[in-house]
Amino acid sequence: MTTPDEPLIEVQDLRHEIAGRCVMAAPAFTAAKGQHTLLLGPSGSGKTTLINVITGLITPTSGEVRIAGQVMSALPAAQRDQLRRRTVGVVFQTLRLIGALSVRQNLALAQRLALGENEPAAIEALIAQVGLTHRADARPRELSQGEGQRAAIARALCAKPAIVVADEPTSALDDANAVAMSDLLLATAEATGATLLIATHDNRLRARFDRTLTLAPPRVAA
Amino acid sequence: MTLAGLSLAYLKDRALNTALNILLLTLSVATLVILVLFSSQLAERFERDAQGIDLVVGAKGSPLQLILSSIYQVDVPTGNIPLATVDLLRADPTVAEVIPLALGDSFRGYRIVGTEPAYVENFGGVLAQGQMFAADYQAVIGAQVARETGAGLGQKFVGSHGLSGDGHDHEETPFEVVGILAPTGTVLDRLIVTPVGSIWAAHGFEAPPAEGSTDDHDGHDHDGDGQQDHAAHDHEPDDHAPVETEHAAHAGGGDLEVTALLIKYRSSMAAVRLPNFINKQTELQAAAPAVEMTRLLSLLGVGIDAVRAFAILLMATSGLSIFVALYSALRQREGDMAMLRVMGARPGAIFGHIILEGVLLAAAGALLGVAVGHAVVAASAASFPQLRDMGLTAARFEPAELMIVMAAIGMGALAALIPALKVFRVDIAKTLADTR
Ligand SMILES: Nc1ncnc2c1ncn2[C@@H]1O[C@H](COP(=O)(O)OP(=O)(O)O)[C@@H](O)[C@H]1O
Ligand SMILES: [Mg+2]
Repeated sequence: MTTPDEPLIEVQDLRHEIAGRCVMAAPAFTAAKGQHTLLLGPSGSGKTTLINVITGLITPTSGEVRIAGQVMSALPAAQRDQLRRRTVGVVFQTLRLIGALSVRQNLALAQRLALGENEPAAIEALIAQVGLTHRADARPRELSQGEGQRAAIARALCAKPAIVVADEPTSALDDANAVAMSDLLLATAEATGATLLIATHDNRLRARFDRTLTLAPPRVAA
Repeated sequence: MTLAGLSLAYLKDRALNTALNILLLTLSVATLVILVLFSSQLAERFERDAQGIDLVVGAKGSPLQLILSSIYQVDVPTGNIPLATVDLLRADPTVAEVIPLALGDSFRGYRIVGTEPAYVENFGGVLAQGQMFAADYQAVIGAQVARETGAGLGQKFVGSHGLSGDGHDHEETPFEVVGILAPTGTVLDRLIVTPVGSIWAAHGFEAPPAEGSTDDHDGHDHDGDGQQDHAAHDHEPDDHAPVETEHAAHAGGGDLEVTALLIKYRSSMAAVRLPNFINKQTELQAAAPAVEMTRLLSLLGVGIDAVRAFAILLMATSGLSIFVALYSALRQREGDMAMLRVMGARPGAIFGHIILEGVLLAAAGALLGVAVGHAVVAASAASFPQLRDMGLTAARFEPAELMIVMAAIGMGALAALIPALKVFRVDIAKTLADTR
């Protein structure tokens, strides 16, 4: 589907309006395979909206996003689901772990949905990598905030996505945990060769990324 | 872990609610299954036991009682009728066959029926061992009687007075088992059959009897009030049991009696004429098994319909309860649903997994209900001999049970439908933006 030097994420002239109001206007940028990008911007600048466009959850008012060479918004729903399933892993600030499932089951379900099969060994390896082996059977509500975040990262990675997107993964954390969290994301993305895009208003992370992109609050439409 | 596994996980996650919903459905399905087993098995048993019999002639009284006592062997007889009736009816050209029955005695709760081999033939009774009775005091026993009493060929036993087995023993001549029948699945299985003469003789009339030997028979209750079981009487040896032997009867012997006659028609003309003719006789009444059983079933039917309506209401309630449970669970699971979509699950797949949740719940309740229904029937048959005697068994499955299970599962799917449709309406971006 993609040639080695083709960028995994390609954003062009992207704008999104809600009820006639521009809520997000992204600068053109590309992210190559294995590249780590920090998406900065104050609250309300449209970071979450951009991530939703990249993951194909919303269709932008204008402009386009190419994921692995394909224009997300131009794909029929079924193919968009498939592209997202195969290519993108997402970590949300609110984690969104499924409460009825254990950590291990959360990973197993994500893997099953993405790959159509389970690789228990890969799951155990990933759980070990994020240091949750002793918590693998715990329910999300039994986890500490840090443990939950590690579980959410492991889940995003267990489908071996080419792109890992994280939306405000550290905003609720103290400095030490915010650093630990971003290090974990960077390390695991490094280990799997995934392209990493982290959206945050948290300037503490800036120092750890080779590339930052700033999203300016969109001007109010005339 | 699959989406189906997730359905199960959600059910386990709210275990108490799941258990309550399953319980509710189990109750409703069990009730319906019990009704199906009772009504189908009893109706079938009714039909099989009345096979070939067009009309029953007996003493005046309740026609239903006459049918119950002479065909199904469950109620007490309405009384006795003159033996001369046998010849009267055998002489009728529209009658194909007349089988006399003399009732009143029992052995360990199994009724002793004085009759002719034609009675056994009517039920397709085949001897498993021994031979057909040929003389008084020879007895052929049904399969169940043989099994439960352990009686074998040559076994001697003394009949006791009354049909329920608590009357006192006849101290005279014992019966001898000369034949054992193979199982027929009819009333015959729990009967002891013997010549009519045995019954007469057991009641103090030597065979062949002398004219006038029935003197002290007079003055006894002959009014056909069959509510008075023999056993209830402080009786003389000849209490109102049938009297005299076949030979004597054929000789035109006086007030010799039998309990009832089973009639098979030769022509359909008989159905028009014979019942009227018989009912005009002062001592006789005729009752058609088909008519009486239809009447009984329609009487029972009112009760059955009421219970069935209740069970269906219960099922609708449990459907509503599943709906409420899923609906409120899904409100809390909007975030999960959005996340499943982000992880690449197709909306149709998520829809299916929510439907599956309702179906799993319903299937569990339905299957448990079938199990409980059969257990209740097994327990009833074990604790109420009358029910067992009526042929009630838990070991059989009716096609209608499958329909009940399908209906319950369909209802589970229907209850999940509206909650599941939510997946097509949920605004993923908005739900995920919610930081609660
Ligand atoms: N579904 C929506 N309806 C209305 N306004 C929205 C919706 N989603 C986002 N917005 C608005 O769009 C702007 C950008 O939001 P968002 O992308 O969440 O910013 P950020 O993640 O950078 O804080 C905000 O002003 C927000 O109120
Ligand atoms: Mg945001």
